[in-house]
This record gives sequence, C-alpha cells and structure tokens, in this order.
Amino acid sequence: MALLEVNNLDVRFALRGGDVRALRDVCFTLDRGERLGIVGESGAGKSVAAFSLLNLIAKPGYIAGGSIIFDGKELSGMKDRGLRRVRGNRISMIFQDPMMTLNPVLSIGEQMVECLKAHRRISTREARAIALHKLNQVQIPSPETRLDQYPHELSGGMRQRVIIAIALLLDPDIIIADEPTTALDVTIQAEIMDLLLELCDKHNVGLVLITHDLGVVSQVTQRMLVMYAGRVIEQGPTREIINDPQHPYTQGLINALPQMATPGSRLNQIPGSMPSLSNLPSGCAFHPRCGFVKDANGTPRKACLDKVPGFVESGNCRVACHMVAEMINQQERDSREEIL
Amino acid sequence: MIAFLIKRLFHAFLVMFVISVISFAIQDNLGDPIQQMVGQSVPESERAELREELGLNDPFFVQYLRFAKNAAQFDFGYSYIFNEPTTQVIMRHLPATLELVAATTLLIVLLSVPIGVYSAIKPRAWLSRAFMGISIVGISIPVFLTAIVLIQLFAIGVEVTPFPVDTVWGAWLNDLLSTDGGMPAYGRGNPVNVFGTWDTNFSSLEGLTYLVLPAISLASIMLPLFIRLIRAEMLEVLQSEYVKFARAKGISLRRIYFVHALKNTMLPVITVGGVQIGTLVAYTILTETVFQWPGMGLMFLDAIERSDIPLIVTYLMIVGLIFVITNTLVDLIYGLVNPTVKLTGKPA
Amino acid sequence: MRENVMSDTIVPGRWARFRDSYLLYSFKRDLIAQISLVIFALLIFAAVFAPWLAPANPYDLAQIDILASELPPFWIDGADPAYLMGTDAQGRDLLSTILYGARVSLIIGFGAVLMQAVIGVSFGLMAGYLGGRVDAFLMRLADIQLSFSTLMVAIIVGALVKAIFGGATFSEYAVPLLVLIIGLAEWPQYARTVRASVLAERSKEYVDAARVMGLKSRRIMFRHILPNTLSPIFVISTVQVANAIISEAALSFLGLGMPETHPSLGSLIKSGFDYIQSGSWWITLIPGAVLVILVLVINLLGDWLRDVLNPRLYKG
Repeated sequence: MALLEVNNLDVRFALRGGDVRALRDVCFTLDRGERLGIVGESGAGKSVAAFSLLNLIAKPGYIAGGSIIFDGKELSGMKDRGLRRVRGNRISMIFQDPMMTLNPVLSIGEQMVECLKAHRRISTREARAIALHKLNQVQIPSPETRLDQYPHELSGGMRQRVIIAIALLLDPDIIIADEPTTALDVTIQAEIMDLLLELCDKHNVGLVLITHDLGVVSQVTQRMLVMYAGRVIEQGPTREIINDPQHPYTQGLINALPQMATPGSRLNQIPGSMPSLSNLPSGCAFHPRCGFVKDANGTPRKACLDKVPGFVESGNCRVACHMVAEMINQQERDSREEIL
Repeated sequence: MIAFLIKRLFHAFLVMFVISVISFAIQDNLGDPIQQMVGQSVPESERAELREELGLNDPFFVQYLRFAKNAAQFDFGYSYIFNEPTTQVIMRHLPATLELVAATTLLIVLLSVPIGVYSAIKPRAWLSRAFMGISIVGISIPVFLTAIVLIQLFAIGVEVTPFPVDTVWGAWLNDLLSTDGGMPAYGRGNPVNVFGTWDTNFSSLEGLTYLVLPAISLASIMLPLFIRLIRAEMLEVLQSEYVKFARAKGISLRRIYFVHALKNTMLPVITVGGVQIGTLVAYTILTETVFQWPGMGLMFLDAIERSDIPLIVTYLMIVGLIFVITNTLVDLIYGLVNPTVKLTGKPA
Repeated sequence: MRENVMSDTIVPGRWARFRDSYLLYSFKRDLIAQISLVIFALLIFAAVFAPWLAPANPYDLAQIDILASELPPFWIDGADPAYLMGTDAQGRDLLSTILYGARVSLIIGFGAVLMQAVIGVSFGLMAGYLGGRVDAFLMRLADIQLSFSTLMVAIIVGALVKAIFGGATFSEYAVPLLVLIIGLAEWPQYARTVRASVLAERSKEYVDAARVMGLKSRRIMFRHILPNTLSPIFVISTVQVANAIISEAALSFLGLGMPETHPSLGSLIKSGFDYIQSGSWWITLIPGAVLVILVLVINLLGDWLRDVLNPRLYKG
C-alpha cells in the first residue's frame, strides 16, 4: 500500500449562489521517496489540492467527499487535534511566496523552535540545536546569527531556504511544495529547486511538487497530474506523458514550451483562457478551446459538448477525453476485426 | 535609536511650533492685557504709554518670540478669573483629568483586547454578534448622553413596577429591573493629597467610587472603536499566509491566535489606538461637564465662558504638549515592538 | 443619431441598472439595513415637515404656557393629553421641540458634511495629485488636526468664533457658523481618504493615458480621478453625517452651539440635564433617545454600505 493514497477527492466552496466545485475526482498515490508533479494554469485547482491534503482549505471551502489515506489513516474527516500531529511533523508544506510565509514579528529561531516543540517534548536548547543543524543543511551562511534575526533581515532566497529547513525540521515523510520557486529571482530558482530535490533524496522524502512550469515537472518528477478547471485531465508516468501526450490540453501545454517553437517564430499558444469554476462550460470543460472538438466529418462531437468525459486507460496513463476514448474504442474494434 | 529620537523630537517641536503660533495669534487678537490690568477709568494716553512699555506695539514676530520664550519657561501670564499664574491653575486641575484618563485607559485596554480577539476568532458566534451590535450602538451614543443615562440609572436610581408589587415574584422582578442609585456622580469627593498639588482618587475605595461613572462614560466612546479595530485587524491577520503556514506547521490554535496573530494585530492598534488615547483628553471636557469633575476640561469651559484668554491659551499649549508626548511615546513603543522598524531612523 | 439608438439598445437605463445591481440585491437581503432606512426616512420626513406635523411652534413665545412646565409624557401619572411627550422647563411642548430640534440637527449635520467634503475633497485631490510640498504640508496639517481630535478642534474653533462674534451674534447665526466650525474641524477624514484613493488611481494606466493625450491636470483630476474615488467618499459621508450630528450635539451641550430659544437635539439635552435631579428625566432623555436612534440608523446604513461597496478606506 502506498504511503499516501487520494481517492475521488471532492472539494467545494460554499458561496452565496450555491456550492462551487473547486476540485473533483482527484485520485493519485505517492510512495516514500517518490516525486509527483501537479501542473496546470493558475486557477486550475493545484493549490486547493495541496491545501486540502492537510485539510487546510480556508472557509468557505470544505472537503465534500473522497478519501485521503496517509500511512493507513484517513485524514479527510480527522479532527483538528489529530491532523495537527500530521501537519509539519509527517507531512510538511512549502509555500509559494517566502516574503509572506514567515511571521514578520517572530525571529527565525522562534518560528523553528515552536514547530519542534509542537511535536516533540524537548527543551528550547535542544530545539535550537536541531534548528541550527537544519539551517546548516540548507546551506545558509552563518546560521547561528540567523536564528536571532527577523524575516525582513533575510533576502527572498534565504527565506525560502529557512522555510525548507522548517519543512525538514521533523524529518517528514512527505513535503508538499506549492510553487516553491515561482516568487524567487530567476537566477536562484534552480539553486533552490536543486537544494530541495537533493534534501528530499537524501532523507527519502516523498515530494508533491505543484507548479505551472511543465519544464521543471518533466525534469524532476517520476509521475505527474495535469489539471484543468478543478479536474485531473491526464495522469501517469511523467516520461510517457511528455513524450506522448494524449489529451489535447496536455499537447497544447507541451507545444507552448519555448523549446518546442521554431527559432524566430512565435511561441505556440492555446487559444482562449481557462473558464471560471463558478461558470464552467457544458460537457468537457476544455471543449471551447479544444482543436479536436470536430470529428473527421467536421461536425462537433456531441459528447464533448454534453457529457463530462470519464477516464480511459491509455497505456500507463489515464486520460479524460472523449476523442481519446473514441480512438481507443476504434483501435479495439479494429484489432477485434483483425482477429475475426 | 538616537537618529530616530532626534527625528521624533524634531517632529514634536514642529507641532508645538504650530500650536504656539495659533495660541499666540489668539492671545494677540482676543486678549487685551491693558484692559485687564488697569480697567476702564484710565485715560487713553496712559494706556498707550503702558502699551508701548509692555511691547504691545512691537511687530508680530518680535512679540511672538517673547511669547515663545516665556512659554518655554511655562510662563503664560496671569489668569483673569483666578488671579494667579495660569500654569498654577492648570497644575491644580491636571491631576483630576489625568486620573480620569488613566482609569478610562485601563478599562479600555482590559476590555477591548479580549472582546476584539474573541469576536475575530469566532466571528459567527452569537456572543461576537452581540458585541458588534452593542459596539455600534455605543458609537452612536454621545458621551454626555451616556453620562446622563448612567447618572439616571446609578446615581438617581430608577424604580419601575411593571409587575404586581404585592406578590413575591413580582416584587423580585421589579427589583431586578429597578436600580438603586446612590453612586457618586458629582465631583471627585475627598481626594487624598499625595504630593505637591496632586490629589488622588486612587488611594481609597471611596475615592475610586467617584471615578466609576465618569470613567465608564468616557470609555463608552472609545471602547467600541477599539473593539471594532482589533477585530478588523485580527480578521485580516488570520487570513495571512504566515498564519496559514503556522497552521501547516502543526502549531496549536491557541499559539497561533495569541502569539502569531495577536502580535501582528496589535501593531496597527498601537499606532491608531495610542493617538486615540490622546484624544480622550478632548472628551474629558464633556464628561467633566456632566459630572462636575474638577479637571482641566471643566476649567477650560469656564475659561471660555468668562473669556479668560491667558488660561485658554495655556490650556491649548498644555493639551498640545500632552498630545505631542503621547504621540511620540506611541511611536517609540511601536518601534520597540515591531522588529521591522529599525530605531536607527533608516527604513529597513 | 445612430449612435444614440445603438447605445439605448445596448446600455440598459439607469433604473434597470439599479434594479439589477448588487447594491439593491444585498439591500433586499439585509433586514437591518431595510429597517434603518425606513426609520431614517421617517425621521427625515418628520424633520422636514416639522412645521406641519408639530402640535405647537416652539419658537413662538405666545404659544408657551409657563404654568404647564415639566409635565411628564402621556404614560406617566399627571400627564396632560395635550402634550404627548410632556413639556420642558419653559412649558414648551416637548414633541414639537424635538421635531424642530431634529430638523436643526439634520440641517447642520448635512451642511457640515457638505462643507467638509468640499474642503476635504479639494485638499485631498491637491495633495494626492500634486504631491511634493503641497502634499507634505496638507497631510501634516491633517495629522496635527487629527491628533488633536476633531472634537477638540471643533470646541476650540467654536470657542474662538464665539469670542470673536460675541454671544448674541453667535446665537443669531448659529446654524451657518456651526456648519463652518464642524466643516473646518473634520475635513482631514475626507482629505486622507481621497488622497489615498488618488494615489492608488494615479498609478493606473488610464491616468497616464489621459496625460499622454495632453489633458490638463485639473481636468484629469475632476473628470478621470474623482469619479473613481466616489465610492469611498460615499461611504465616509454616511459616517461623517452621524459624526457631525454628534459633534453639533456636543457643542450645543457645552453651550457653544444652538441657543435654547432655537434648540437642536443637543441643546434640548443640555437644557433638560439641569432638571434630571428633580426627577424630570424626560426633558433630557427623550430628545437623547431620538438623537441616538438618528445617529444609530445612519451608522448602520454606513456599515452596510461599507460592506457592500468595500472601498479602499484610509486606515487609522
């Protein structure tokens, strides 16, 4: 059994006009030491997914269904008390913007020590020693002085190192990193990412990497999820998806990568923009932007407009697309005919 | 630290300068010291001589410098009403006002923080809604009216008999709805002299009872503002990323509320609130009038009524000084509490 | 011509837009706002039509019967049915004086807010748009005034105006003078809010665009920036009306406001206060209750507006 198993996760926001479904039918597993990437445009539900794993979604959001099983225990219905033992201890998080993540009025040391003390019965002295050790691991220069400094005295990159150190404080099983390098200077993004990956490898920590950067995901993760408008539309081994994307949206994303464009020409882009969750189009949420809505005869496929596509297995991947389903059916029919 | 202090002192000096110019302009245009000194019967020629002698014909600037020089030595002349140096009159009335403000501040701080924090943590609880409802009613009642109602209820007493008097339960319910009165609501009783001209109400229980109604009425205007301010700031802080991160670290809610959130909440509250405590002095004029509390406010109103210009001017200068001192202290405290403010004067 | 037809068909009319607006939608769902608006409308109606509604004219000395002084309101023994709310110490019908008093309070309240708005909005626009020394000077002035508290400034200005004009003249022109005093005391609120929104608006592209097109700064200020700062102005205006009414009442209570012969709610409370010890609580507490209800409904409407419009308000 996997370390983390998420089944049919369903997250909604209770708004005045009724519930808005921010996340639906999300399923995935994560093993110890494994790296999973979640990609999508902003607003696709990546962060909601990250926060709902530890039941940290802010009101009016709530988990409406599905299960999150971590180490054999169900997290989705767990009381706050029990969840607190998991948060920061066995599953920790790294947030997007290091400038906003640390409390401005508490010293770095205080923010590290409190985390240790919340989970272990140790003295402040011991806690400071551990904190110092972790600061050393994230390669912060003169870590002793950093402990008594305040966040505003550190640069953005330094702060993200501190946050990584905090995430590693209690030797967690899983780290959920929500766009850990997006807010940083381009020059240090790779540095921080490398540090994070190295430390995860070293301590055999499972990593859920949430990002809009397909390039990063393709380089560092073993498996990936592509999200669109609150749903997973394609998931499977990273290499297979990158080499042979099935879903038109994933194809679009890969084509939009700068390295895919011919030098000197314009970058490829997916026309249109992602719909708002409160006003999803009928049928497949991607159909207004999809280049494959029309079938071979040039008429729009009725299923795309009317029916939300279910998952079909394609190799090691799962894809939610009517066109792909049609193609697979066709292949099966063809192969059956051949046998006959 | 020193640069910060110098900057603050310069600012304070600037404010005092503006206030002194205004005060001087008032004195120059409204007060006629000759009239006060010699009365009606003295002939015009003698008056002109005296005017020249006192330097009243000097240019505005020269006269202002003389005024400022005296003001720096706390010499603002003689009060018409009391016939003694105005500073002496002020010093006699100052303790009463300061004690009233101190008692009120204590009430505000002790009540507003817990109530504000509670209604931010549990915004939907009925108690929070009740606090919010009461606070908007509180804002809508002028101080002097609160004072009058308090006098009616607790000094005079209200006897209502909506239930039959001759039954045991009726009498009990009537008693419950009625108030006894008897709380002191006039002056400050017999305050005990501590040293110099300082009489205090804080030294005995009896003295304190005189403070109760005036302090509650004075607090009634600021308490709702503070509760709403603390609640609003705390709600905002609870939405912040660092509070979310603290939750993701598995910290207990209590620590998140009272260490992570409260400290950040109090920063803006200190700046806004500190200034508001200073403005309490303005509201003492109303409270002291209703309760005949023998402080500076009552004295000031008396001075206005009898056109005691030197006393009015002194009051303005002293109150200005009090405001400037509280504002400077508030800035200092803010600088000490907030680690992102470096007291070196350089922005961090 | 064709353009007009086009715009008529595309842009819905003012009324239709209002009907579909979020403002109306949230108003329909907010019981407190509805009740407040009804009470506010009733009070305005009563104040405007006071001369027709009031049983007596409190300004007419001939109608006053000094023998009928300190009569209690109708539900207390010893009341005279001719005087529904009882009479004050001079024998004036309390209901009538309250109606006329509310009228005076509202006139001064709205007038003073208009005055503050004119001073504060122009200073705020100047400070925000011109910046530099003008900004520093005006904002420092606002700082000093606010740190003194608006009430203090109003009391001082009131005392000075009274000293300059003398008691009799002051009483005669009390209404315009109070409008001026409260307006001068409370302009910083507007100035700061307007300045804050101007600074926010100014950095937006449309202002740059207007400047690139060669528009004059005054035109940019009034035609382009001001409309975008209207919603915070609107919200603080409601709160400021409530504040102005309280300030007027406070000044009158201190004897620096409306004379007792031409009373506002504040001076009614003041004149009644002297009789509270003798048991005639209604002379002071009934006008007090009317004042509180008036201010409360305005504050509640202001709260509701702030929640709905949610403008960027200057904090502190």
